[in-house]
Amino acid sequence: MTQNRSWIPYLLILPTVVFLGLLFVVPLIQTLWLAVSDNGVPSLANMQTMVRDINFGRSILNTFLLTLAVVPIQIAMALAMGSMVSKVNGGRETILWIWTIPLGISDLAAGMVWLSILQNTGYLNTLLFSMGLIERQTAWLTYQTPVALFVGIAIAEIWRGTAIVMIIIVAGLNQVPKEFKEAAEIFGASPWTRFTRITLPLIRPALQSALILRTVLAFEVFAVVYALGGRNFPVLVGEAYNWQNQNQNYSVAAAYAVLIMVISLAATLFYLKVIKVDPERLP
Amino acid sequence: MSTARNAGFISARRLLLWSGIVALCAWVLVPIYLVALGALGGRSGVYQWPKTILPTNVSLQPFILFLKTEGVFQSFLNSLGAAGITVTLSILLGAPAGYALARYDFRGKDSFRLLVLLTRAFPLAILALPLTVSFIRLGLYDTVVGVGLIHTVLALPFAALVTQGIFLGVPRELEEAAWVFGCTRIQAFFKIVAPLALPGLVATAVFAFVISWNEVFAASVLTVRHRTLTAYLLTVLSESPMHYRFAGGLLLILPSVVFIFAVRRYLFAIWGISSK
Repeated sequence: MTQNRSWIPYLLILPTVVFLGLLFVVPLIQTLWLAVSDNGVPSLANMQTMVRDINFGRSILNTFLLTLAVVPIQIAMALAMGSMVSKVNGGRETILWIWTIPLGISDLAAGMVWLSILQNTGYLNTLLFSMGLIERQTAWLTYQTPVALFVGIAIAEIWRGTAIVMIIIVAGLNQVPKEFKEAAEIFGASPWTRFTRITLPLIRPALQSALILRTVLAFEVFAVVYALGGRNFPVLVGEAYNWQNQNQNYSVAAAYAVLIMVISLAATLFYLKVIKVDPERLP
Repeated sequence: MSTARNAGFISARRLLLWSGIVALCAWVLVPIYLVALGALGGRSGVYQWPKTILPTNVSLQPFILFLKTEGVFQSFLNSLGAAGITVTLSILLGAPAGYALARYDFRGKDSFRLLVLLTRAFPLAILALPLTVSFIRLGLYDTVVGVGLIHTVLALPFAALVTQGIFLGVPRELEEAAWVFGCTRIQAFFKIVAPLALPGLVATAVFAFVISWNEVFAASVLTVRHRTLTAYLLTVLSESPMHYRFAGGLLLILPSVVFIFAVRRYLFAIWGISSK
């Protein structure tokens, strides 16, 4: 490009920079300041209120347990789906379309979908009843059944959130050259060896971005929890929502927001560090 | 003999493969079918025990009754409005940025990419919390425009990265040839590049729509009376009867499923690009 036109790219990115500056960077700084100030002076009062709150410990524990339960299962399912569909010739597009449907479904809707299955007169109880495993309608989504509630929420999250992981991983698998696998096959590598030694290292970038995206989203879990368990299962974003909307205390809500951001950033850095992507070895 | 056993082994593996695929398809589809039964079964359907899996006693009547409930239709329109703003802004702002990333080398390009990628490490919807105060001051609180703006923050980084990939896919030579034949840069863009990039841009727009349509947290924090559908359903959740919740779930699911179907061909290309 000629020198005298060097302002063009800046003109093109300017709107995005201004927009993200005003609605991403500024609120980010505002959140930080709201969380660590009290009436305009630096203070840890909000943090203390947050930590002393009765739901604080439970919401941290619940959010982490949910993330730890959901993300690995989603990655494993997505890898299985990716390998399955790569062995199919006819009907591949239809299968992939069906598997990606949950991508368009919000976590609130996912919660309502699984509510229809898990509620007292729902389909799970009908199934268990017809198999003779229960004698009457059983409640699964109350605070007296924390394990069942946890499993229900985790299933709804896995149901909804696996599609995005699957898409990223299938997109990564599509870029693995066939020759690599064929060469390994000729040299007698078993399917499992081929998967762990050839495929997995080559889709590292896809795995990395899937993990980052899914983990950040998992720490944001909120509506699905609310739809299934109401306030029986406190999570971090739910607490932020309650402090903001019910208690009208924007500062403690901001303290929760900062906590969630710190955890998300730490998770992202962790994945960037642990899953090293060597740009020269990319296919 | 050994070939026969081999064939049997292969078909057993195919059987296993296809049962896995069918099971995973059922895992996705059956819950949607069940919530649809709940939405179309009405009050009596909810308390029916034990349930039947077949569509007995379903009619559109309960679903239409739900649509006529005060606030539902209005919030549906609000959701469409916010999604419309999100689509418009994220394409209008994001596509030029994507074009700049695809076609130019300039100082600060890496920092700009970093800014865009950085948004991904943050739970963006949470930024709605401090925005409440500024939005009240600016008169944007409790408006569809305000919700559209915060949803654009979610969709814009995605749009910029994806459009970059789309424009990289349009050969630079075609554009340069148009310049040689006397087109200005702007003419060349609209006559040569835009038509070739159009399908990808439409797919990006659809994604921006789905992002906004499904967002719950920011929309609930920033609205009181002019709620989007997700925010409305969230706030009335605890007072609503079960069949209204199922009807709400179905209403949320239908448009996005149609849209995902419309862009199914581009899903993998787009995510391949945006996850690089």
